[in-house]
Amino acid sequence: MTAETVPRVSWLTGVAAEPGAGKPDPILVADNVTKTFGGLRAVQVSRLEVQRGAITALIGPNGAGKTTLFNLLTGFDRADAGSWLFEGRSVTGLPAYRIARAGLVRTFQLTKSLTLLTVLENLKLASRQQTGERFFTALVHPLWRAREESIERLADEMLARFRLDRMRGEFAGTLSGGQRKLLELARALMVQPTMIMLDEPTAGVNPALTQSLLRHIQQLRDEGMTILFVEHDMDVVMGISDWVVCMAEGRVIAEGPPASIGSNQAVIDAYLGAHHGRRAGDEG
Amino acid sequence: MDVLTILGDASRAAIAPEAAIYALAAIGLNMHFGYTGLLNFGQVGFMLVGAYGVAVAVSTFSAPLWAGVLIGMALAIALALLLGIPTLRLRADYLAITTIAAGEILRYVYRSNFASPVTGGVYGLTRFADPLYAINPIPVGQYGFGQLSFSDRSLWIMVISWSLVALACGLMFLLIKSPWGRVIRSVRENEDAARSLGKNVFGYRLQSLVLGGVLGATGGMLLAVYTQAVQPDAYNPVVTFYLYTLLILGGAGRILGPVVGSVIFWFVLVFTDSFLRQAIGTGLIPASLISPTEVGAVRFALVGAGLMLLMIYRPQGILGDRREMLLGDR
Repeated sequence: MTAETVPRVSWLTGVAAEPGAGKPDPILVADNVTKTFGGLRAVQVSRLEVQRGAITALIGPNGAGKTTLFNLLTGFDRADAGSWLFEGRSVTGLPAYRIARAGLVRTFQLTKSLTLLTVLENLKLASRQQTGERFFTALVHPLWRAREESIERLADEMLARFRLDRMRGEFAGTLSGGQRKLLELARALMVQPTMIMLDEPTAGVNPALTQSLLRHIQQLRDEGMTILFVEHDMDVVMGISDWVVCMAEGRVIAEGPPASIGSNQAVIDAYLGAHHGRRAGDEG
Repeated sequence: MDVLTILGDASRAAIAPEAAIYALAAIGLNMHFGYTGLLNFGQVGFMLVGAYGVAVAVSTFSAPLWAGVLIGMALAIALALLLGIPTLRLRADYLAITTIAAGEILRYVYRSNFASPVTGGVYGLTRFADPLYAINPIPVGQYGFGQLSFSDRSLWIMVISWSLVALACGLMFLLIKSPWGRVIRSVRENEDAARSLGKNVFGYRLQSLVLGGVLGATGGMLLAVYTQAVQPDAYNPVVTFYLYTLLILGGAGRILGPVVGSVIFWFVLVFTDSFLRQAIGTGLIPASLISPTEVGAVRFALVGAGLMLLMIYRPQGILGDRREMLLGDR
């Protein structure tokens, strides 16, 4: 992570505000990704590029296929067709754990905390290059002790950063909903990803904690992290995102900077229905 | 009514080789169920391949005993891979169905006519462990006092089996406290979370299944050499449920849970049995109510009732942590 702070808009100036728009430095590129559940076409994204080092918001009405797209891209669900590149390498169809190891880590809409692991263990679990996670190495404590100590230091820094240090030794199951969201974000960062995908990071979080969570997300972007997040709260989307992608009925229907997306006709149609604005008697 | 006799009988059972053997198999089950969250309902199948691995190698193929032990281990690993590779990617319930079926399939195959030239069919095989007793360093005789007296042969098996239990507990301690154990527990808590953090959930489940299976097979081998006999119907599904009973009794997901559970299980089982027999013998319970031949069944009913009370008032088991039980979603 670099500490260099780059002006928010500069990367994305001049990018066309249209679905599938090409970005100057895309970290994730998806092509023709489709997924059907029975007869329902849940996802049909012909092209999506995600700019490196930016916060991209993924919006859309319920059932638009946002979470399904997340699941496909991160290997939690199998796509029917399509391909996607992460950092220039194809990660199409790789199992979830290998996509995570490649540096693309996700969180979940409903937090998946490891209830009976302590908060500290949750973070330590997420770190990489711990040879003690191999069966035979695990039996010989000196082989992994040094790495474990450095992981613990890293975890403690992360706990302090997210103000979870007081909960260090508690079971993760004792945390509140908002704290679990923080823990999940902190845990994802312990994997040392280059891109994180957050599925509704502020859902069920109280307003004060939401603000702190959003500051963390912006700070991560300023440190060079790429963030793609699903969000329903338009204030949050407008407040922190650099770019907005709108999905409806499985397709990307609009893209653009946050200021322009609210006035985009396709977005308004998707949220309110194509017939809004007409009076009831106008039909036919 | 002789309370001392009852207590003596029960204590004897609590430290007898059977208690150690059940503890060992339950340690394997604890690896599966307690730590990894794998619903293995066919632990008896692993015991069977271990027991028959030794018996068949020695009796049918005249291999040395140590080779039989290695073959038993290898068969347990093979069984774990055979069961695990197709099912561990699926939801937990599929493993439960597959393992209980596999245990029964194994029992039927080993007792079948076509297999009897190798396995001895329904009669099984006997007297294959002589080399183990030949190296027994304990001089011939009876040791102990009263009901707590054991022959040199029993004592020899007790030394071996309780040592193995201690060794297995040590192994589990090292593993569970290591980063490997941390990953295993995370798989139990939430496999998607583990996956999202770059952990190969399938690989860890398979390792767990193999390790627990080998421990189960070791229990089976000990049972075979202790009784000097293998007989297919001794390896019926009920054994697996005894193992679950004592594991939950002692506390699943605790290193010593299966050991404490096994000791208490055998103590209570034999205590009830001895008590009922004495009570009937002395007329405390009228013979018209329970005949001595029914004692075997009644004691299990009583143990079951006791277990139900335990589940209501102490669902975490004897060594478990109530708080974990309340937080966990299992």
